[in-house]
Amino acid sequence: MPTGSVSWAAKVAAVVRKELVSEFRTRYAINAIVMFALVTLTVVSFAVGLLSPSSEMMAALFWIILFFAAMSGLAQTFIKEEESGTALVLKLSSDGSVIFFGKLLFNLLLLIVLAVLIVPLFIIFLKIIPANWAVFLTGLVLGIVGLAGATTIVAAIVSKATVKGALFTVLSFPVLLPLLVAVIEITTVGFSGGGFGEISAPLQLLVAYDVVMTTLSVMLFDFVWRL
Amino acid sequence: MSMIELEVTQLTKRFGRRRVFGDVSFALKPGQSLAVTGPNGSGKSTLLRLLTGLSLPTAGKVIYTEDGKTLGFEHYRRKVAMVAPYLALYGALTAGENLHFLARVDGRKVSDTDIEAVLHKVGLDGRGGDYVGAYSSGMQQRLKYAAAMLREPEVLLVDEPSANLDDTGKKAVFDIIAAYRKQAIVVIATNEKEEYSLADGICQLGG
Repeated sequence: MPTGSVSWAAKVAAVVRKELVSEFRTRYAINAIVMFALVTLTVVSFAVGLLSPSSEMMAALFWIILFFAAMSGLAQTFIKEEESGTALVLKLSSDGSVIFFGKLLFNLLLLIVLAVLIVPLFIIFLKIIPANWAVFLTGLVLGIVGLAGATTIVAAIVSKATVKGALFTVLSFPVLLPLLVAVIEITTVGFSGGGFGEISAPLQLLVAYDVVMTTLSVMLFDFVWRL
Repeated sequence: MSMIELEVTQLTKRFGRRRVFGDVSFALKPGQSLAVTGPNGSGKSTLLRLLTGLSLPTAGKVIYTEDGKTLGFEHYRRKVAMVAPYLALYGALTAGENLHFLARVDGRKVSDTDIEAVLHKVGLDGRGGDYVGAYSSGMQQRLKYAAAMLREPEVLLVDEPSANLDDTGKKAVFDIIAAYRKQAIVVIATNEKEEYSLADGICQLGG
């Protein structure tokens, strides 16, 4: 009956497409992420008020908003599958690497949407413009990749637990701590106007983190997902 | 043509201290079928899950072979299809989108004609464009059979074959199971006496 076979990339694309179509129709994750980001951003802007926080403080606030907004939505990709009973069908229908990369790319897309929303609003509400956009965006892109890589595998682990939502943030934080330290340092330099020379150490850490975390996630995913 | 064979040896499953079942053994070849029966909680669904490879036994083995060679999970996974009330399809997608998606992630390219053909076999003609979330439980059960057929399985595992189905639905799925019995390995888990006849043999659990 089936008329042909499809490539690995096409299988991954099918997972991404399914996630996007489902998300577009249900707005399950995007609503949580956007609402959390907007509320947190508003609260932070009121809290900071007329103060003039340092670049370090601004960078930390920026990543706190991004981190918790991401936590509110990224876990849904796997929790939804387990809770609705579709996980078993998916496990029987495809191999782990296809599911992992499909979910990873979808989480990456969600984080890109989140960043596109948060960055201009952060600049408007907190009245700070990165003095070095290249450094700022480098940190942002690498940070988002690391965040997606780490949270995708943590989401898969957490989806098997009973207390899913709370556990996701608690379990993600220690895993993401090296990433957060590095991106906050890079973002600080981006806000203050320093050059790439000042971020070589955190940049190396961030690149290494992204590579190691994604590789480990791919290797571990089958064990986590299958059983 | 190579044929898959299933051998279950002294299979035991425990959840904590509770032994669900123990020392279950059987072997099946293409064209052979088995009905797993037993009271509620005797482990019928658990046994089917063990046969998928998505759950591990406490003791014993589930081995799929082809031409005398033992197959790993990734090899036999593609040959196994399962239908069960607790399996769900995507409510936010239409029936057609569900079938296209499941075939595609499985590495199979299917046409709209293929989809219409399997939907016809389960009595869902013209309903491929409806959202699965709006389907009744009986229609969802029929759609699961359609998804299973699209995989062209060599091993068909069915938990409660007629769950949620009306008489027309029952007839449709009994016909499907009867067709697979001729060429594939079929294992059904059921308590309905009328469904015992869907298999060649019976494996009694829990007593």
